[in-house]
Amino acid sequence: MKQKRFENPDQVVEPVFAGATIMVGGFGPSGVPEALTDAICRHDVRGLTIISNNAGTDETGIARLLMQGCVAKIICSFPRATESTVFKERFDAGEVELELVPQGTLAERIRTRGAGLGGFLTKTGVGTELAAGKEEHEIDGETYILERPLPADFALIKADCIDPRGNLTYRKAARNFNPVMATAATTVLVQASCEVDLGAIDPEHIVTPGIYVDRYCIYNSPR
Amino acid sequence: MIADAILAHHLLDRQQIAARVAQDLEDDWVVNIGIGMPTLVPAHIAAQRDVILHSENGIVGMGPPPKNPKDVDPDLLNAGKEPVTLVTGGAYVHHADSFAIVRGGRLDAAILGAFQVAANGDLANWKLRGRPGGNVGGAMDIAVGAKRVFVMMTHTTREGEPKVVEELTYPLTAKGVVSTIFTDMAVIAVTPEGFTLQETAPELTAADVQDATGAPLIVADDLKSISV
Repeated sequence: MKQKRFENPDQVVEPVFAGATIMVGGFGPSGVPEALTDAICRHDVRGLTIISNNAGTDETGIARLLMQGCVAKIICSFPRATESTVFKERFDAGEVELELVPQGTLAERIRTRGAGLGGFLTKTGVGTELAAGKEEHEIDGETYILERPLPADFALIKADCIDPRGNLTYRKAARNFNPVMATAATTVLVQASCEVDLGAIDPEHIVTPGIYVDRYCIYNSPR
Repeated sequence: MIADAILAHHLLDRQQIAARVAQDLEDDWVVNIGIGMPTLVPAHIAAQRDVILHSENGIVGMGPPPKNPKDVDPDLLNAGKEPVTLVTGGAYVHHADSFAIVRGGRLDAAILGAFQVAANGDLANWKLRGRPGGNVGGAMDIAVGAKRVFVMMTHTTREGEPKVVEELTYPLTAKGVVSTIFTDMAVIAVTPEGFTLQETAPELTAADVQDATGAPLIVADDLKSISV
């Protein structure tokens, strides 16, 4: 069996290179793989494009990457939350590029990439600023816009339990973007809260099969 | 028109607007709760009711905020990142499935905040004029996906500008989607003929509401006083 387990987050993120595009799981503070984003900060990897729902909470996760100057661009749906103060400073100073994507379209562009599709048609955004430059198609009398798949070099995933194959479960609404991102990136890096033996997770309960997971560590984040 | 100071005294507060919205949610409906003022609505749905609340971050069967601080769970938050609970029989789904629920027509209603609503039902709620960036979140997906969009907002801006308007001057979220507007002054239905004033806050007249509105109001024959 391929050895996917590493001792610590620094070893897990070791392949991450300057200029990489990285998906980061989470919704607000929930389900963010902070041990992995912190490790990237320690490695001081620069010029990153981050794909995530938000642009960091307080001074944690993506906000720490922004503070350190590691981020060149953010692709997200809700960057200017009250608690995203670091993003606001960096964006208003012109230091970070923003691509705003409706949340459902963001999730589906990621899913589409993971499923090997060339794009999808959606009514979301028709007639708005966010549809600028996108092809319109009429299907059964309704107008849709074409959205393209969203690829990434890496996905950073926060899981609840993991077994040696890399099979994953998630905890409550910390699931959010994590399972779809795990299908869409070239290399999938995981921090899991608990480690179990092979066979210990009921196959009916596995959300992400281990075939998607490349490198992981156990990190007991506070619940 | 009554004096501004007296008018302010007669406006509904946020909890009263939330209580009024809750009255229009029917049992067995699946209802999305958006960020901002809509997050106040769940607390006003009586315990014996069976409205299934959806939160965009993958919660089907969202319950009210935990009563006991020890039950706060950082992995169980609403769209506004505030602690909530899961009802018995609730479920978690990932984000792509959560928005398949949204766009797939499974939401009987969505409750959203807004900057402006136009007479044709156009909604603006994601970006202020002239502000770079914006905060779209799930608003565009939910607005086009839900069978009914209930907007919950103050009737005017802090500067007193109408938010119920003839045509949008803020960037569009979705065209022709709003069904009903619940404000601190009134309940207004969006109809093919335009805005129809159905209810006013107690002590306010149809003329008071019209004065604070940027488009003509058709006054319903059975105009009522909001009761919460």
